[in-house]
Amino acid sequence: MTNKEILYGLYNDEEILLRAVDAAKAAHIDIWDVFTPFPVHGLDPKLGLAESRLHIAGFVYGLIGTLTAFLSMSWIFTRDWPIIFGGKPYWSVPAFIPITFELTVLFASIGMVVSFYIVNGQGPGITNPVLDDRITDDKFCIAFDVAGASEEQLDGLKKFFSNTGASEVNTKVLPVR
Amino acid sequence: MSAPIAVIREPLINGGKTYHDITEDICAPTERAPSVPWVIGFIISASFLAFYVFCVLWTIWFGIGTWDLNRTVGWGWDITNFVWWVGIGHAGTLISAILLLFRQKWRTGVNRAAEAMTIFAVMCAGQFPLIHMGRLWLGFFIFPYPNTRGPLWVNFNSPLLWDVFAISTYLTVSLLFWYTGLVPDFATVRDRAKGFRKKVYNVLSFGWTGSAKHWQRWESLSLVLAGLATPLVLSVHTIVSFDFATSVIPGWHTTIFPPYFVAGAIFSGFAMVLTLMLVVRKLFKLQDYITIAHIESMNTVILVTGTIVGVAYLTELFVAWYSGYLPEQWAFYNRVFGPYYWSYIGMMSCNVLSPQLFWSRKMRRNITVTFFMSIFINIGMWFERFVIIATTLARDYLPSSWSYYTPTWVEIGIFAGTLGLFFTLFLVFCRVAPVIAIAEVKSILKTAGDQYTGPNAKHHHHAHDEHKTAAH
Repeated sequence: MTNKEILYGLYNDEEILLRAVDAAKAAHIDIWDVFTPFPVHGLDPKLGLAESRLHIAGFVYGLIGTLTAFLSMSWIFTRDWPIIFGGKPYWSVPAFIPITFELTVLFASIGMVVSFYIVNGQGPGITNPVLDDRITDDKFCIAFDVAGASEEQLDGLKKFFSNTGASEVNTKVLPVR
Repeated sequence: MSAPIAVIREPLINGGKTYHDITEDICAPTERAPSVPWVIGFIISASFLAFYVFCVLWTIWFGIGTWDLNRTVGWGWDITNFVWWVGIGHAGTLISAILLLFRQKWRTGVNRAAEAMTIFAVMCAGQFPLIHMGRLWLGFFIFPYPNTRGPLWVNFNSPLLWDVFAISTYLTVSLLFWYTGLVPDFATVRDRAKGFRKKVYNVLSFGWTGSAKHWQRWESLSLVLAGLATPLVLSVHTIVSFDFATSVIPGWHTTIFPPYFVAGAIFSGFAMVLTLMLVVRKLFKLQDYITIAHIESMNTVILVTGTIVGVAYLTELFVAWYSGYLPEQWAFYNRVFGPYYWSYIGMMSCNVLSPQLFWSRKMRRNITVTFFMSIFINIGMWFERFVIIATTLARDYLPSSWSYYTPTWVEIGIFAGTLGLFFTLFLVFCRVAPVIAIAEVKSILKTAGDQYTGPNAKHHHHAHDEHKTAAH
């Protein structure tokens, strides 16, 4: 287990942050991560983040819900314990629609939320290292992984921060899981 | 990048706030000692809650006979209260989901509290069918699970069972949606807290860091959950209305019920949101975030849904007459002129006539009027459910079994007690969680806040970047 050494700069506004991200891209500097107090629009394409596939997972979970509900009700009312209700056929599909719909939504929602926390590495009782307490308040942070970087490279990155208008520059060692 | 702000739109955040101000203002109520009004409110609510527990135990000990339900009127205050609470529980998801899909920025000021209100209202609603079972401890029989009695399954063709699925799904999804929104804000509180509070909020915030990828997934998740919750919220009250509409009782057996119930639900839910938000903004000094513009938007929704409900009442009367079907005509004649005529008057005046005040912009923006109106509407919507349930049952096909129903102190106590449950939960929520979605409010600050809309910067300065930097 090696530790991650992080050099990070804090910016006061998302507009300055976005320009800094552009500048880093132009200078071919690899950004380790960006942290913001709220979702900043236009940041994802600049960082080259691929679109989240969470909604595809949601569709699959929903489909599982649809099939679970519809097939179980069909099996119960035609094979396991057929009962005539109000003179209707055993397999009365229209009456199955509400529950099928509800379970579709239920499965999709629970599945997506659980997946969200798993892929984020988050959950009840999990503590992830925080670079700076003000990131969830009003600071916008660009972080570089500087493990094994030379003095020269470090100076270059610090210069980058001062050139792009960072209000503070710090280093922090993060434990790697 | 950011959308140009229209000149005609009022700012949704006042007071020239910075991002840090927003954090300070919204976290403050969770960080200081509870105020005197909060403590008084909490003691009153908790007393009602205690009385609720007493009344429920009384009911379980002596049986449902302690309510004045009889052979003719089998559903009284219990189901009235159930439908009333479920209806109130519709505004939260409407605000957070449907308004998210419609990109309405004013939702950010009220969505958090409205969603909390939704969850608590649905919890209150769920109490009634459970208590009405009599043998509460057998409540799990309503879920289909492989059992040793056959297995004997539940009736999947019954609207009452659909209700079980609809309401439990609604509660679960609302809870997930609400909590997912809360996680980044709990992280904000965590990063400001010290000692034991930090530990608590560390657990609550699930290890949130604010990484760009996490925000991207968070937005994707919120959008899909909103897309799922939108048909869900419409389905819930539709299914509640099926409890009545699929029966063969004149006055219940109508196809207008689903849309009419959904409109009524949104109507009463918004009224309850307004009642709560008017108190919250004053008590916690959040007038800069829950502005007159928010109140006006909600009052507009109330006017629209109230009028839809009014049209539905009149349509019911017309169709009953036009159908030429005698029992149906009699059912509606009885509703208006029968022994419960007073509840029909209450319903009509509170739900249809009084919201018409909101055609006037001055009234929509008047806080006192809005507050009283929000209470009237909830009284009116309670009467609506009582009219539909008790009036219809008291005079059925068989005149020999006609009866009149009045509640006992136990039933009244249970209803008052659920109000205690609701307000206790809401007051605790106000102390523990940020009542306004901090991250979401920050994200609309530049496009919908007042900073960049000073007197000399009224025109579309957000459209171009150079103008924006000039405004700094």
